[in-house]
Amino acid sequence: MRENAPVCIVILPLAAALLSLCLGYVKKEAAGWAAIIGLGGAFLCSLQVFCQAVKTGEVSYYLGNWEPPYGIAFSIDPLSGLIAMMAALLALLSAIYALSFVKEEGWVRYAGFYALLSLLAAGLLGMTITGDVFNLYVFLEIASLAGYGLIGFGGGKSALASFRYLLIGTIGASFYLLGIGYLFAFTGTLNMADLSERMSPFFENTFMWLPMAMILIGFGIKMALFPMHGWQPDAYSYAHPGAAGLIAGVMAKIPAYAMLRFFFCILDPHVPSVQMAMNLAGIAAAAGIIFGSVMAIAQKDFRRMLAYSSVAQVGYIVVGFSIGNPLALTGAVLHIVGHGFMKSSLFMTAGAIRYRYGIVLYENFGQLYRRMPVTTAVLVLSGLSMIGVPPTAGFFSKWYLGLGAAEAGEWIYILLLLVSSLLNAVYFFRVFETIFMQQPSSFTQKEADDCSANKPGGKELPLTMLFSMGAAGLLVLVTGLCNQPMAQILLSSLPEVIHS
Amino acid sequence: MSEEVIISMRPFAAAGISLLGALVIICFGNRVAPNVRESWSVLAALGKGMLVFSMVPAVLSGKVYQATLFQVAEGIGLTLRTDPAGMVFACLASFLWILTTVYSIGYMRGHREKNQTGYYACFALCLCATIGISFAANLATFFVFFEMLTLATYPLVVHYRDGESRRAGRKYLAYTLISGQVMLFGILCIYALTGRGDFTPGGFLSGGTAPSWAMEGLFAAMILAGAVKAGIMPVHGWLPDAMVAPTPVSALLHAVAVVKAGGFCIIRMVGYVFGPALSARLAADTLLALLAAATILAASLIAMRQDHLKRRLAYSTIGQLSYVALGAALLAPVSMAGALFHIVAHGLLKITMFMCAGAVFVRTHKAYISQMRGVGRSMPLVMGLFAVASFGIAGMPFLPAFISKLEIGLGAYETGHPAYLAVLAASSLLSLAYFLPVVWTAFSLEKTGEIEREDKKDKTGEEEPAMQRGLFPGWDDTDWRLVLPPLLTVSAAVILGIWPNAGAGIFELAAMAAKEMGAVG
Amino acid sequence: MIQTINVILADYLIYMLIFALFFLSILGIMICGNYIKKLICMNIMQVAVIFFFLCTAQEEDATIPILEEGIANPALYVNPLPHALMLTAIVVSLGTTGVAIALLMHIKETYGSVEESEILRRSDR
Repeated sequence: MRENAPVCIVILPLAAALLSLCLGYVKKEAAGWAAIIGLGGAFLCSLQVFCQAVKTGEVSYYLGNWEPPYGIAFSIDPLSGLIAMMAALLALLSAIYALSFVKEEGWVRYAGFYALLSLLAAGLLGMTITGDVFNLYVFLEIASLAGYGLIGFGGGKSALASFRYLLIGTIGASFYLLGIGYLFAFTGTLNMADLSERMSPFFENTFMWLPMAMILIGFGIKMALFPMHGWQPDAYSYAHPGAAGLIAGVMAKIPAYAMLRFFFCILDPHVPSVQMAMNLAGIAAAAGIIFGSVMAIAQKDFRRMLAYSSVAQVGYIVVGFSIGNPLALTGAVLHIVGHGFMKSSLFMTAGAIRYRYGIVLYENFGQLYRRMPVTTAVLVLSGLSMIGVPPTAGFFSKWYLGLGAAEAGEWIYILLLLVSSLLNAVYFFRVFETIFMQQPSSFTQKEADDCSANKPGGKELPLTMLFSMGAAGLLVLVTGLCNQPMAQILLSSLPEVIHS
Repeated sequence: MSEEVIISMRPFAAAGISLLGALVIICFGNRVAPNVRESWSVLAALGKGMLVFSMVPAVLSGKVYQATLFQVAEGIGLTLRTDPAGMVFACLASFLWILTTVYSIGYMRGHREKNQTGYYACFALCLCATIGISFAANLATFFVFFEMLTLATYPLVVHYRDGESRRAGRKYLAYTLISGQVMLFGILCIYALTGRGDFTPGGFLSGGTAPSWAMEGLFAAMILAGAVKAGIMPVHGWLPDAMVAPTPVSALLHAVAVVKAGGFCIIRMVGYVFGPALSARLAADTLLALLAAATILAASLIAMRQDHLKRRLAYSTIGQLSYVALGAALLAPVSMAGALFHIVAHGLLKITMFMCAGAVFVRTHKAYISQMRGVGRSMPLVMGLFAVASFGIAGMPFLPAFISKLEIGLGAYETGHPAYLAVLAASSLLSLAYFLPVVWTAFSLEKTGEIEREDKKDKTGEEEPAMQRGLFPGWDDTDWRLVLPPLLTVSAAVILGIWPNAGAGIFELAAMAAKEMGAVG
Repeated sequence: MIQTINVILADYLIYMLIFALFFLSILGIMICGNYIKKLICMNIMQVAVIFFFLCTAQEEDATIPILEEGIANPALYVNPLPHALMLTAIVVSLGTTGVAIALLMHIKETYGSVEESEILRRSDR
């Protein structure tokens, strides 16, 4: 069992997806439990594999015992193990969180929701741990298809948002596929390790910029890197609230991680053309940081505000790639993990507020803290983390990014990070101010009148929601406090992973 | 340094006890009787005071307590270290917290404030941050607590949650967050350039680290955050506005914790990061000193025009805090010691004045000086204490500010800038000029002790129901909780003014700190 | 001159055509006002990608990749891997199309149209 743990990371959610449909037919609650058990198993497996990878270095698993480069391999080093753990954990929390959202639905929607959620998790986890570039495409599409479905589940305008995302997302995936087609034509292999060995003669090739641009565009679209973010605000805001946490928190981060894999492990970051691609990405990210933050300030819908802020935060990650030294990459990876938790918990709070009061405009959040103390606490914690206040996760990723930028002499990026923190502060403190100081809106007031929720903590939300939201919020703090062990693992493993 | 290092968690206990207190207060919230909630505050304050003062003897004998809780970031620990300079500030803050807590209880109940749970919790958080700032052993730790202080103070500033306090809160956040980010920029640069950030007496940066314009920029970035918190002009704008907060907040935070943290930050940066030698080479000290001197005079002049008592006190604070900056900028060991001692001296005296202003406000609901005619007749003890503190601020002998001013003046003389002596003298006269009228008005005979209905102009008092005419129910003319704390602070000030080393040996500590800063540079 | 052009055409023309198809279909996705047409463009785009992979597999004078007596040189066989990969890609594109059509049906139910202008008009109301 232990040696099969790597494949279980993907197989368990996949099995859960199928099982939840079958079981849901018998009894719809069973669908939820199947998904939760499957995702929990995936988390435990990823935890085990991560520990093993930290102890003994890269863990490889050959599917069907076909040795690479002929067969498909899963390879998990501490870096991908960390990301997989984050993704699995958030998928698990989302599955628990969503229980009360789909409670009233019929069995098709109930089981369908959990099947899609597990499928999304399977795709994301597969993308993280796979060692094969085409396999990555397949998992990317699995995740995306599940994601389209989950976004379409949201009701209202969500089908439209989902369809648009589908079109753009497919363009992105096609770009990526063309890119790896090029690499395949050059080298004749699809295995990542093999590719990275065989790529070096082709770096001087005149057409090398083509696959690079294509992969950049492909992942750029999938991670909503400015200016390819057009699909993202609608998709995030209209997504099914039960899944929005996972979609917003993880779905954009895994392509970012895959981009890191591509440009730093398969290609060589020291090659001028790669550097140029990274510089371009850095400029786009820098523009995105400012654009996203400013757009977030302009939003009235809390979810849209968070979505635009994601555009900015993805920029942080890419800025880290663009700087490219181990410190900055550590910062970027920490931000992938930390921001995953922050954004998930924020979208969970947004969903919870909508669940309880049906409001999404933050100006109606007045006096919310009296009725939903736990939600508010999580919101404030994650918000502070987004601003980058110590000792939350957001501060430390920024710290490493800043240190890396200072080491590389990229002062402009430090400045950018700091300005962006201030812009973040503008829109988050605006929300805090509303929550704590605004008079209650008619929505919350009405609710307060006919609901005996005056006792703090009493009947705020269903326990499942409180649990996963609280856990996600706590993880923001834990990632911040335990950033040092993580950074140490990353700093020691990144030089091995990165092509040097 | 040949100090003996004691590995001990005691500094963390001192900082953590109020964090614990805050958690307990939040958890109990309104569900328990206010007495229980507030007794936690008092207990935490007493515990913190005992912990801090218990470390004094060892520090006086040249030892330091040091501990690293965990690694903040790769290679940088969350380290607290009780060096003499930090000890001075920590003693002041923890001593005054005890008194302010007692005073808060009297004030908040007398005023029937809302949201008291959040108030006490944030108060405790602020103190945790203050102790953290004073003991922080490296830049990263310092920054962590510095930001914590910024954020923990915000809810206190916006305590009344009306339009005015929200505006003040925004202004406060804008000033402090921007300067905090600038400081973070500086800290990142320092870590990237030198790979270290531990506070070292005499500084650890050397001139060759970067071109001198870059070093000057760095100096400015690092000082800015301190200057904003300390309210040095032209970045003082938030401080007078923040006076919309309840008086105990103004007292502890805007006379002690926040502004003093700013002053302390400047001392740390000049004495322990850049070092006197490098600061002198960068000529940054001259600029800072000029700025400080200008602030001292300008703030005093503006203070004279303020009719709102707390605003007048705020401008006085701005002026007095620049003494600290001036003392640090003069770079002489004696003026450094003076600057550190002034943190204590001014803290004791200014908190007295705020407490008196608060007591008057609770009793009579008068916040404007022009309305205070005859208040002294009905509250002779309070206004008497106010008068003593006024003289103290002006630098009367036998009160501690005299000693610190003397030291700073000596420093100015030693370093060959006698012009600053004139500034000090002028400032003393000016402070008499703006405080004596208050005392004079209060004791004037025109209206004798009649307590009339509060004025409509009175903006600070939002709590309409509490403002019934006359005396407050449940609040007696002689509420010991409002009178005892200022009485104690004045007593402490007098004792320190006569024996500067009484009790915790504050002056000795300041001198030690100044010596080690000057020793290497 | 003619020779070079011939070589370039022979070697690269097919790729140029594929790229033209690819970007034309992206253009189509952008400018078509009808969602079904957008979907069709998307399918064409995926076909272009499949073409691209198949072309990379092509070898001159090579035969289908089934082991024959007497031909041991692997260069004489067409590379079978891209074909296998494209089977997967076709499945993926089928799945995408399915999801897209499901979404379109939903959109049609909600807005009564799959014309973008019509939908925008109705959703603004």
